[in-house]
Amino acid sequence: MTIAAFPNAMPIHGLVGGLLIGAAAAIFLLGSGRIAGVSGLFARATGIAPGRRDGAAALFILALIAGAALVNAISGPIEQTFMDNWPVLALGGAIVGFGTRMGSGCTSGHGVCGMSRLSPRSIAATLTFMVFGMLTVLVMRLIGLGG
Amino acid sequence: MRKFVAILSGLLFGAGLSIGGMTDPARVRAFLDIFGQWDPTLAFVMGGALLVMAPVWLIQRRMEKSFDGTTFDLPATGTIDGKLLVGSALFGVGWGITGLCPGPAVASLATAFIPAIVFVAAMVAGMLLHRVAIRP
Repeated sequence: MTIAAFPNAMPIHGLVGGLLIGAAAAIFLLGSGRIAGVSGLFARATGIAPGRRDGAAALFILALIAGAALVNAISGPIEQTFMDNWPVLALGGAIVGFGTRMGSGCTSGHGVCGMSRLSPRSIAATLTFMVFGMLTVLVMRLIGLGG
Repeated sequence: MRKFVAILSGLLFGAGLSIGGMTDPARVRAFLDIFGQWDPTLAFVMGGALLVMAPVWLIQRRMEKSFDGTTFDLPATGTIDGKLLVGSALFGVGWGITGLCPGPAVASLATAFIPAIVFVAAMVAGMLLHRVAIRP
């Protein structure tokens, strides 16, 4: 299915992917009593978060990588276009790392789990990173730093 | 049980990110590019995930413990403070620059290893800097 006005959109793929992500977060919440926020789980898996290293978080992160590999193996390579300016890519990565720790979450923790819970904190966080993401893309296009 | 849940949900999460097109930074940046060639796919991903998760919270509220027997460890839905907003704004800037947030970046270690490792290594550095600079 395509949407005439947005020829690049993949609505069905997006919806199916979203349902799977929702199912993953649901299983994690009801099964182990915790939020499936990837930035937090990554920090606990690697020992970056204060406290003991979390083995279950490490398994989640490894399985996340395996899940993407599995789809790639079955369906053939998924389209992925990264920016080729590596210093800028690294700068962006560092800002994401710092920001997600400071803001206690990312698109999964705040965007999916927190918003669906109607948490005011998560709704505020999600609106903030959406707006700043959009502004950043606009500014980068204006100064000629594209994908 | 705890390990099984982590593996199953991780697999589904990674597969969902990949199928939904979220591991393609160009597509994510196209979603954020509302003044350009806007691509609404990410809205369908978000919508799908919220569709599943919203009713799950109604179930969660009726449960005393999770299925593995532990009590729920959920963030207190507390106040909206400066740390939350500044941190989220910074995350948004990094997300806009690269088209990557933590989930898809980590998932991409499977499929686009070199650029993903550049991003994830820098993300680790940013997280460590936060740990050193701002005491938990």
